[in-house]
Amino acid sequence: MSIWVLRGLRDGVVTTRWPGRPDSYADGWRGPARALGPTDAIDPGLCPTGAISAQGIDQGRCILCGRCVAERPGLFAWSQGAAGPVTAGLCRDALVVPEPPETDEAVEAARARLRARTAALRRSVHIRHVDAGSDGSEEWEIQALLGPVYDIGRLGVFFTASPRHADVLLVTGAGARGMSGALRTTYDGMPDPKVVIAVGTDAVSGGLLSESEAVTGGVAATVPVDVWLPGSPPSPFGILNALLIAVGQL
Amino acid sequence: MTVTQAGAATVWDELAARVAAGDRFAGLSGARPAGGPLVLSAHLATAGGIDTLEVPLPPGAASYPALTPRLGAAFWYERVIHDRFGVVPDGHPRLAPLIRPGPPEDYALPRHVTGYGIFTIPHGPVRSGVMEAIEYLVETPGEAIPHLNMRVFYKHRGVIERFAGMTQADGVLLAERAEGIASVAHALAFCHAVEQVAGCQPPPAAGLVRVLHAELERIASHLDVAVRLADAAGLAVATARFALHKERVQRLVSALCGSRFGRGVVVPGGVATLPLLPPARIRAEAGRLRTAITADAGALMGTSSFLDRLRGTGPLTPARARQHGALGPVGRASGYADDARIARPYDGYWSLAVAQAPVHAAGDALARLRVRWEEVDQAFGLIRQAAEELAERAGDPARLPCEPVRGRAAGWAEAPQGEVLYDVELAGGRIARCQPRSASFHNLVLMHEVFSGDILTDFPFIEASFGLSVAGVAL
Repeated sequence: MSIWVLRGLRDGVVTTRWPGRPDSYADGWRGPARALGPTDAIDPGLCPTGAISAQGIDQGRCILCGRCVAERPGLFAWSQGAAGPVTAGLCRDALVVPEPPETDEAVEAARARLRARTAALRRSVHIRHVDAGSDGSEEWEIQALLGPVYDIGRLGVFFTASPRHADVLLVTGAGARGMSGALRTTYDGMPDPKVVIAVGTDAVSGGLLSESEAVTGGVAATVPVDVWLPGSPPSPFGILNALLIAVGQL
Repeated sequence: MTVTQAGAATVWDELAARVAAGDRFAGLSGARPAGGPLVLSAHLATAGGIDTLEVPLPPGAASYPALTPRLGAAFWYERVIHDRFGVVPDGHPRLAPLIRPGPPEDYALPRHVTGYGIFTIPHGPVRSGVMEAIEYLVETPGEAIPHLNMRVFYKHRGVIERFAGMTQADGVLLAERAEGIASVAHALAFCHAVEQVAGCQPPPAAGLVRVLHAELERIASHLDVAVRLADAAGLAVATARFALHKERVQRLVSALCGSRFGRGVVVPGGVATLPLLPPARIRAEAGRLRTAITADAGALMGTSSFLDRLRGTGPLTPARARQHGALGPVGRASGYADDARIARPYDGYWSLAVAQAPVHAAGDALARLRVRWEEVDQAFGLIRQAAEELAERAGDPARLPCEPVRGRAAGWAEAPQGEVLYDVELAGGRIARCQPRSASFHNLVLMHEVFSGDILTDFPFIEASFGLSVAGVAL
């Protein structure tokens, strides 16, 4: 066994110092597409999920396929950085960029409500994850938070098996109808105050899987969502950022 | 695509005879072409390609003679046909819902094993840890596991139905999300089918880039299995080490294309863009990863307390593996190897030297891990070769036009879990039918059979050693 003690020391500290210090991988991350100019003359068929409209781009629908960026490079670009207020929204409308002006107030109101609710959670947060029809990649990225690079334990955040011990519910997937009951039971089993994060474009809007016989097209149809995190899948930094927003640490 | 049509009895006879003669049963699915009567399509993997045998059912048919009594590997496939179309395979041993959640009364399952003190532990669909949704019903007297049942329908997403009517460009995006941890393999299988219809051969440089991404995906996936096995054994440092390696592999993938899962790379006719890193850099990065991973893998395979947990755990006999046509590392650990990269090569695998994958016969969790380490090593060799060849092909186009209008073809690719098979039919330039079959779907049913003599604490080892994704099963 002693061999593992030495191996554990081999690479020194590999853990990111984010959010205390900037992290170049987080800053260089390619996020959902954004519009550089008016989008009212764009053929809506350009986007496979219909995220582009005259109002701009709904990042909650963006699956980061990059088609708009490749075909209209002057008008669309990737957003940069995995962690920042633009990458996770406190209300669904805020993911539509450029946002309609009234959403600023709505976001502030949502932030204030969330802060009031989660004041007790700041230093020790327990998470329960539920898969409501993901493609499997979001689970990998959430799992990465437990690894040595992101190591969420250093921030006082832990995963728990029981919903009874959980403060935060991470939901992935397009909202499979087969999971609606189990998801609702898990949510109901959590004590107040509780926060729900929709992780990934699928969880936010269904992504390519719009509402159908099999999915509800996003998890908000089953549980009330507090933080909306687009991405297909979102990067571990994005998930970490959404977690910190949810418990009022950012 | 060779398609032959005949009545059920004739086709089932031929299937059984050809499987006995050495072909592999690769799938059975149903479709209603142009909204007409149901047509069943069975796929056989042969030495050079995929043969398709069809059984058109008479209009209004409510049932047909089941294939499962003749060919056990069709067990889950016929349940899916029953779920999707309501047609009854006569003589099927158990027609419970598999991928479609039914009314709650259908959820009740009779216990298979009865006796003093036997009880059922329902485990899922919300399980401890960060897991995909699946329910295991473990029948146990307390320690041994005489029977295991699985319910996979919880996360059914209607992916097959969603494909219909999509453009080919959108179809690739959905294929990437059919089984997210094998995005590249699914995109490849889909594009191979489309390219087959068009008679289009992607440029050599694109073939090499496809190999790079497919092999990096294999390494990341096998490292994930190592993380889960080390975690199950409580080896904290080993868990952290392999998680670190996996993160570094994913970061290399994102440096190549912007996505940590290689999404958006593979498109019909080639690749969307060439890698963002120069080939020499890819070689150097991959070389560093290989050295680090090989050293830790060696340490893991020398940790006796770990090996003791895997040796003899979850054995799949070579006879069963052959009979079922077990795919990927699960098959290769039980002496049955049918690697699509060798038997039915595609893209860069034509020109690169893929050695015959090593075959083990023990069939236990340890053999499955050994196979994975050998595949990781082989994958690094392929990445080095592909990067070298890519450096010589600077100036090659990344893609050729490929927009077929009408036709049908099968496409395949070797995912980390085993062969992924797509049956794609195009009409009017759009997808009329797309039937994906993941290796996870084909292999997961074998987990019913590998618990002989194993106990509850062996469960996480056996599950991890299969290395499958539920997303690809419930589709």
